[in-house]
Amino acid sequence: MSVLRIEGLRAGIAGRELLKGVDLELQSGEIHAVMGPNGSGKSTLAHVVMGRPGYEVFGGSVTIDGAELLGRPVDERARAGLFLALQYPIEVPGVSVAEALREALAAAGRPAGQILEEMVAEAAGLGMAPELAGRAMNVDLSGGEKKRNETLQLAVLRPRFAILDELDSGLDVDALRQVARRVERARREQEPPLGVLAITHYRRLLHELTPDAVHVLSGGRIVRSGGPELATELEQTGYAGYRVEPEATAP
Amino acid sequence: MADRRQAKTFPGPARRSPHALSTLERQDEAFSVEASQALGGASWQKERRLSAVERYFAAPWPTPADEAWRYSRVDQLHLARFAPAAAATEQASMPPLPAAAHALIDRIGERAGFALTIDGRPHEIDLGEEQSRFGVRLGRASTQPGAEELIGQVKAGFRAPDATDATDELAEAFAGDAVVLTVPAGVALDRPLVIVNLLGVSHDSLEAGPAFFPRTFVSLGEDASATVVELFVSGEGAILTCPVTELDVAQAGRLSYTSVQQLGRRTWQLGHSWSRAGRDAHLKLFTASLGGEYARTRTDSRLEGQGGSAELLAAYLGDGDQVHDFRTLQEHDAPRTTSDLVFKGAVGGSARAVYTGLIRMCRGARGANAFQTNRNLVLSEGASAYSVPNLDIDENDVRCSHASAVGPIDPEQRFYLQSRGIPAEVAERLILLGFFEELLERAEPAVRDHVAATARSRLSSLTGEES
Repeated sequence: MSVLRIEGLRAGIAGRELLKGVDLELQSGEIHAVMGPNGSGKSTLAHVVMGRPGYEVFGGSVTIDGAELLGRPVDERARAGLFLALQYPIEVPGVSVAEALREALAAAGRPAGQILEEMVAEAAGLGMAPELAGRAMNVDLSGGEKKRNETLQLAVLRPRFAILDELDSGLDVDALRQVARRVERARREQEPPLGVLAITHYRRLLHELTPDAVHVLSGGRIVRSGGPELATELEQTGYAGYRVEPEATAP
Repeated sequence: MADRRQAKTFPGPARRSPHALSTLERQDEAFSVEASQALGGASWQKERRLSAVERYFAAPWPTPADEAWRYSRVDQLHLARFAPAAAATEQASMPPLPAAAHALIDRIGERAGFALTIDGRPHEIDLGEEQSRFGVRLGRASTQPGAEELIGQVKAGFRAPDATDATDELAEAFAGDAVVLTVPAGVALDRPLVIVNLLGVSHDSLEAGPAFFPRTFVSLGEDASATVVELFVSGEGAILTCPVTELDVAQAGRLSYTSVQQLGRRTWQLGHSWSRAGRDAHLKLFTASLGGEYARTRTDSRLEGQGGSAELLAAYLGDGDQVHDFRTLQEHDAPRTTSDLVFKGAVGGSARAVYTGLIRMCRGARGANAFQTNRNLVLSEGASAYSVPNLDIDENDVRCSHASAVGPIDPEQRFYLQSRGIPAEVAERLILLGFFEELLERAEPAVRDHVAATARSRLSSLTGEES
């Protein structure tokens, strides 16, 4: 069993502090939802934990089983067990999904001999055309296909923890169900079971993926945490009660 | 990578610099009438060389102030270091084939014919029996019947005042005996024909060296089709080469011509290719510019018959102090003609890439389409790339588009691949090879593999700052 621990995380862009001390702990096999209004820092949290260029870290720590991730190259964080499904997956012309996954498995010291068969099987389960494996990464894919493609990569790479950044956006009801079921299966069957941090503005995803905990992020802080009932409450009341003052400047 | 699409016109008549060097200041004594006449060959070749020598002496040497030579190193070419390779240097025995030539020939496998030139002169010519029976001819201009009428006629179709300059006259004045391929009407070569040019492969002096003037002429009759792959290899010493290629594709002909340039790192190239395509003809011209110190390639294409089309493609890799310098012309002189140009390259170290392209739509080219794309990956702080598209349009009913981009490896793409656990340097390799993928997909399979393998083997020198 593993644990992803975020402690006192302060970070932002261009000197502007968008996360003002975030604490969150996620165990293997758990699903936590991070919800919040637009501009609350949800996507910033996902990107800072993964190490996307352009973000600055002002303080705090992010660990998997005690090993610090902040300050380490992005690929090392990935090999430590972290996966980020992007809200807007990036096109990489001329690089096929299979080629990328083969290199990713090789870097992790895992065999890649069955990669194509595995991809074809995963694609079928996700309602994707099998030839996507040979296509250039995310090039000429619809929004929904990109999200399925992110899920396929998650399935093949088997991370310890996955951050799903608005995975539900761009997916129709059937696609959302297929994607959610695949994530749920990774939680049930993987060893250690997948831990999920689902970042979402709406509750749609959480109908398919039942969270163990729901956190409300607002103004760069987690202002409230609770069980699945919190998501239901948010669906009824919206985020009106959580709006915060315009952003203060960073230290 | 920044991408800008423009529809602006850049009017720019070629200017002659008032500061062009005089013949005396050029210090080009070795390039004399006597040296030109000593080259031998048929009488028409000697006559043409003689008149070209005179034009060469009269023409000012270009400078980077000339539109066609902006960002070039033409002013740094020290002709005094070079002398035309004398006829006496013709070798009786073949030098060992360099590794690059071996690799490419192996990748091509079975071929329709083979020509080998040494130091700019045809040395060995070998055409399959079956091809000969169908009337295909592969030979030397000096002895091939009808060559006098062929050589120079494609070039002569380009009539703009700036179509040629002193460098072209130099190439003409010392032109070697051309390799001439003619494919008669209706004949299709189903395997590639290979031409290998070995240029001073054992020359290693950095102080001074020979100048070579290899020439190739390819002519396809009506409805004929052929694939030609030509390779240029040179030694590691100071060498000048001025290759001239003419490609002539008659009505409904289909020619794929590839030039692979793997010259030594102290070779200067002033290359010029001229092509024309007739009615409903298709030309695919692929240039792989991999070697050389300063490698200039001017690609002039004319679409003369309605429905004719040209794909003009180039891939280039620069590291160390290399300069790749491309000038292109897409001239549309008939209705419903289409040209599609895609030039893509990567530069690292302190290398430089230059691309200047002109689309010219002549009056009457109704319904013509021209596309022009130049993209550059700049892989180090010290490397640079210049990309200058131009349009010259005399007809209303045409469509032109151009896109050019100069930029580093996209940090977002690198982040994305790294986020899957792929180390940064592997991610950069994937992105770099992926950058060339759409272009190489359109190359001959053997050329595609050859260029991809070369890119892979040069990855560390391309992405590093050191030369």
